This record gives sequence, structure tokens and C-alpha cells, in this order.
Amino acid sequence: MHSFGYRANALLTFAVTILAFICAIASFSDNFSNQTPSAQIQILNINWFQKQPHGNDEVSLTLNITADLQSLFTWNTKQVFAFVAAEYETSKNSLNQVSLWDAIIPEKEEANFWIQISNKYRFIDQGHNLRGKDFNLTLHWHVMPKTGKMFADKIVMSGYRLPNAYR
Amino acid sequence: MGWIGETVDSIKSIKIRQLLTQAVTLGMIVTSALIIWKAMMCVTGTESPVVVVLSGSMEPGFQRGDILLLRMTKDPIRTGEIVVFKIDGRDIPIVHRVIEVHERKTTGKVDVLTKGDNNDVDDIDLYADGQMWLHRHHIMGRAVGFLPYVGWVTIIMTEKPIIKYILIGAMGLLVITSKD
Repeated sequence: MHSFGYRANALLTFAVTILAFICAIASFSDNFSNQTPSAQIQILNINWFQKQPHGNDEVSLTLNITADLQSLFTWNTKQVFAFVAAEYETSKNSLNQVSLWDAIIPEKEEANFWIQISNKYRFIDQGHNLRGKDFNLTLHWHVMPKTGKMFADKIVMSGYRLPNAYR
Repeated sequence: MGWIGETVDSIKSIKIRQLLTQAVTLGMIVTSALIIWKAMMCVTGTESPVVVVLSGSMEPGFQRGDILLLRMTKDPIRTGEIVVFKIDGRDIPIVHRVIEVHERKTTGKVDVLTKGDNNDVDDIDLYADGQMWLHRHHIMGRAVGFLPYVGWVTIIMTEKPIIKYILIGAMGLLVITSKD
């Protein structure tokens, strides 16, 4: 009962149990953080808007993204993954979501940012429905913890519209 | 190291009834582990409630050797979700993020495009030849939780099977020589 093997086994089991418990508590503490993120997106310019050879519309935009995501960081946060997606409806599809830009924010200090870029990923429709299309731009974030449950949420900004003609 | 002497003595004094009791105990342990695993499959709704991250395509968020807890619900698939999917004809599940969703009005079916956070390009090259989109039946679950480093045990045992045999041999020896 007091051999080395038994003691090592008991110690290991205890250590693993305590570790699991600590991870669970750390994750649970994330529920109590007060989160007040804010964001604004402006479309500065429609760079070009064309129909591709195989019939799908494609548009290139320059976006101005301002956001303050500092309140999302807790002591249990490893990084925050933020991305901007365009959402719209067409006659064939009830929902289209196309990711235009994303970034990994590893620290709280970098979470209050302003960036002006053209879309990182191509904005291509399934079809040619984009002329004059109203769409929303949503800023999504995904909080990836050091351990435990991941949280995700978004801010929806509506009122954007593509031009009526190709250019 | 007197316990080597003790071990040899106890192997010499094995009785059949004791051996059978220990075999049954071992069988019960293995069976209850299986029960727990199957119960987790029911609760989370996916056939693999836990996966180990094998590649660095989601760094720095998920490193090789981390464990992801999965769940699958009937909720529609949306951008930003981290999903685990299998390509037709391949065994290895891939964990990447959804970056594009097109949902059909009439049928409710979705076309999904994925990309690893750390990759430069989307996953089109990973899909089967001619496949442009993933569909719901490819997706096994969504990642909802995360435990760092715990998956290294699985990776080591898969990539260096000799360690698996050593471990099982040692456990077998411990079971045979334990006095209760």
C-alpha cells in the first residue's frame, strides 16, 4: 500500500484531477467579464466591379475598419480572431456570407485599431446578382481562450449598397 | 531496488482465481471507459467528441498537440465557426474555419468554404478533385472548447508505436503483480 508505484499513481491522479478542475474554473470565470466592443466600417471606394468569364460577379472594395475590442480580453484569453463578412440575400440563396478580411489579435493593446485595406479575400457571388445589391457588413470576433470554452459574437452594420452597373 | 525482488516473487505465486478476478476488473475498466466515450458521443451529437490538432494550420490559436472539444447541433453553419470536416475518401479530419457560406432558399442546403487561420489560401486545394464547396454532410462538428497540450500523448503514441507497446506492457505488469 505504501510502495513507490502506488504513491506515484495516487500523486499523478490527484495532479491531473486538480489540473482539470483549475481549467474548468478558469474557463467559467470568462462568463463574468463585461464585454462592450464597438466597431465602425466605411466603404471608401469600390475599386472595380466586374462579371467574371464564367458568369459570377466579383467586386473589389477598399474598407476603413475601426474597432475597439479591448473589453473582450480576459486573463484567460489567448487571442481574439476578428473578421469582417459581407452578408446579403439573392433570389437563389437565402443567405450569402463572404469573409472579406480577418486578423489575429494576440494582445489587448492591439485590440483598439484602425485599418484601411482592400478586401483580403475575393468577394465573388454565386451568379450575377450583385448589381444594386443591399448588403450588411458584420464584424465577427472569436475569443480563443488559454483553456476552455470559446466565445463568439458579432456586430451587424447595415445600409451598404453596391453600384447599379459594372465598372 | 527491492521491488524487483517483490515483483518476481509475486509472479511466482499467481493463483488462477486471483488472475481471473483481475482479468474481470480490467475488463470492467475498459468497458466503463467505452461507455463514457459512447455517452459523450450522444451528448455532443458528433461521432468524435474530442479531436487532437495535428497540423499547424490554425496557429497561433491551436497548436499541434492541443485537444478540441466538439459539438454538433442542427443550427445552420455560419462564417467564423471552427468546423471539423472529412474529405470524401480520406480518413484524417481537418479543423479549419468557415469563411464563406451560401445557403439555398428552397432546399436549405449550404455550400461552405473553409480556410486555416495560418494558411495563405483557402482549402479548395484540399477538397476532392472538382469539389468547390463543402456540404453539411462533410462536417462532423464545431469546436466549442479547447485544452492545450493534452493531445501530445495521442500524437506520441501514434507516431512512435513502440512507446504504446512499452506503456501497455508496463500496465500489464502492474496489473499482474498487484496484490489486490
